[in-house]
Amino acid sequence: MSLLTMKGRKNLATVLRYLFIIIFALVALFPIYEMVTTSLKNEVDAFTIPPKWIFQPTLSNYKAVLFEGKFFTYFANSIIVAITATVVSVAAGALGAYSLARFRFTGKKLVVLGTLLMRMVPPVILVVPIFLLYSRLGITNARMSLALVYIALNLPFNIWVLRTFIMEVPKELEESAHIDGCSHMMTFRKIVLPLIAPGISVASIFTFRISWNEFILSLVLTNRNTRTLPVAVSLFLTDTGTEWGKITAIATIIAIPAFIFTFTAAKSLIMGLTAGAVKG
Amino acid sequence: MNSQSIREKSSPLLFLLPSLLIMAFILLVPILMGLRLSFFEWLLRNVSQKPIFIGLRNYIELIKSENFRTSVTVTIRFVLSVVIIEIVVGLVLALLLESGLKGLRFFRTLFVLPIMVAPVVVGVMWRFMYNPSYGKFNYFITSLGFEPVGWLSNPDIALTSVIIADVWQWTPFVFLLALAALQGVPKDLSDAAVVDGANYMQKLLRVKLPYIASILGVTAILRLIDAFRSLVVIFNLTYGGPGVSTEVMSLHLYKSAFVSQRLGLASAIAVLLLMLIVMLSLALIISNLKNKEN
Repeated sequence: MSLLTMKGRKNLATVLRYLFIIIFALVALFPIYEMVTTSLKNEVDAFTIPPKWIFQPTLSNYKAVLFEGKFFTYFANSIIVAITATVVSVAAGALGAYSLARFRFTGKKLVVLGTLLMRMVPPVILVVPIFLLYSRLGITNARMSLALVYIALNLPFNIWVLRTFIMEVPKELEESAHIDGCSHMMTFRKIVLPLIAPGISVASIFTFRISWNEFILSLVLTNRNTRTLPVAVSLFLTDTGTEWGKITAIATIIAIPAFIFTFTAAKSLIMGLTAGAVKG
Repeated sequence: MNSQSIREKSSPLLFLLPSLLIMAFILLVPILMGLRLSFFEWLLRNVSQKPIFIGLRNYIELIKSENFRTSVTVTIRFVLSVVIIEIVVGLVLALLLESGLKGLRFFRTLFVLPIMVAPVVVGVMWRFMYNPSYGKFNYFITSLGFEPVGWLSNPDIALTSVIIADVWQWTPFVFLLALAALQGVPKDLSDAAVVDGANYMQKLLRVKLPYIASILGVTAILRLIDAFRSLVVIFNLTYGGPGVSTEVMSLHLYKSAFVSQRLGLASAIAVLLLMLIVMLSLALIISNLKNKEN
């Protein structure tokens, strides 16, 4: 101990902390690295032992995935369902959040509590009843029916996140707008909405993420024409257990939005993830 | 003037109406349908026939069923393992990296990545890494001179493999929350402790941990709820196997409905799972309210 001065000990501690964080980062990234590199290897390189850490990357898996089978159908389904769910769920959520943040009415507490509880409902619990409900209405296997479930599943979170954002908007702004003769709707659109833009992006990213990633409802509620990418990759997994190149290629494509959001909107993501505990 | 005041009164409802309708139709009605269905016998393959009312017999069957009891045990082992490991590891990491490290924000961004990856994709990548013949895990292990491990084929190990994948994905979540909580500890509070001559451990135990305890508690409940809900990674990693060694309640529910085709029985499992989650959620809401008061 006495060999090291205070400063030396501090430097050593910093080095150890960096070492630690780098190991943690490697562990966090390794499975993703493994998936992406396998998707870029040819059949031989992917399976050699000892593994080839340096290899000639090839896009053959992606070509195979993109041009064989119904990849584009599944991709389009995923995009259409996720975007529809995001737009509608965030819009409805913003309106609902405004109501809960700004008005007093009977039963409001019940709505708030109910919304909080609804947020926790596991999708798998809805699988059987929604399947039966949709069958009775004759709307299974439609993309919009799947989008409708995602709209509902994400609404509680959106209402709740946007409500905390709206409550931070100074009330005086809206009051002066009212005096100038603005309706509630106009005040909401012209004054509140621009001010809660960060909240809208948090809600949009999370809704898109959940809808894009969702598996179990899509598995039950879609058919071979309306299925989304997560279901497609899962079927690949059971059908042809050895085509890891193609499987990792689709999996990587599914993960692209996650990569994009992480590196362009990390702040919004952390805000949304921690909103549950740190705030509100 | 009169019409103005009517509009004033009706607007809260008008703003809320779309959300209420959607949630009622897609969340509340199905939950109630499921509750009702749990008292019926109804087979998926005979879905055109009328369901038969059988009272509590689905629930009685579940209590007696070996497979259901196994799924409860598996769920509890899974949930407790992942939550405890994730909280401990996430907290230790946050404490180590909490202050004064350059580039922390960059690393914090990296750690968001596992959380964002789709559960299906997590299942796919871990299944590949656990593969007995060309997976990297057995490669690392055998190059260190150990025997290869049947990550997904050995019933005694498969649940651990599932737990490892969940810990990989969700420890960063605990880390992020613990970091946010630690960064919220008022600086004068910990400075005062240093002036009073407290060492690191004393500062940690007397100042920091008590300050972040409430947020950690909420984090733990959030993870508990999520762990009870988790299904998709397991579905794609092991599909509950080998045997039923990794079949958690949610997967047992799915299989009861779509493999055994017993919709009533599956609904009874759904009701039990939902009750559990509602209780945890109420605990979460109450502890959140307490935090707000303090």
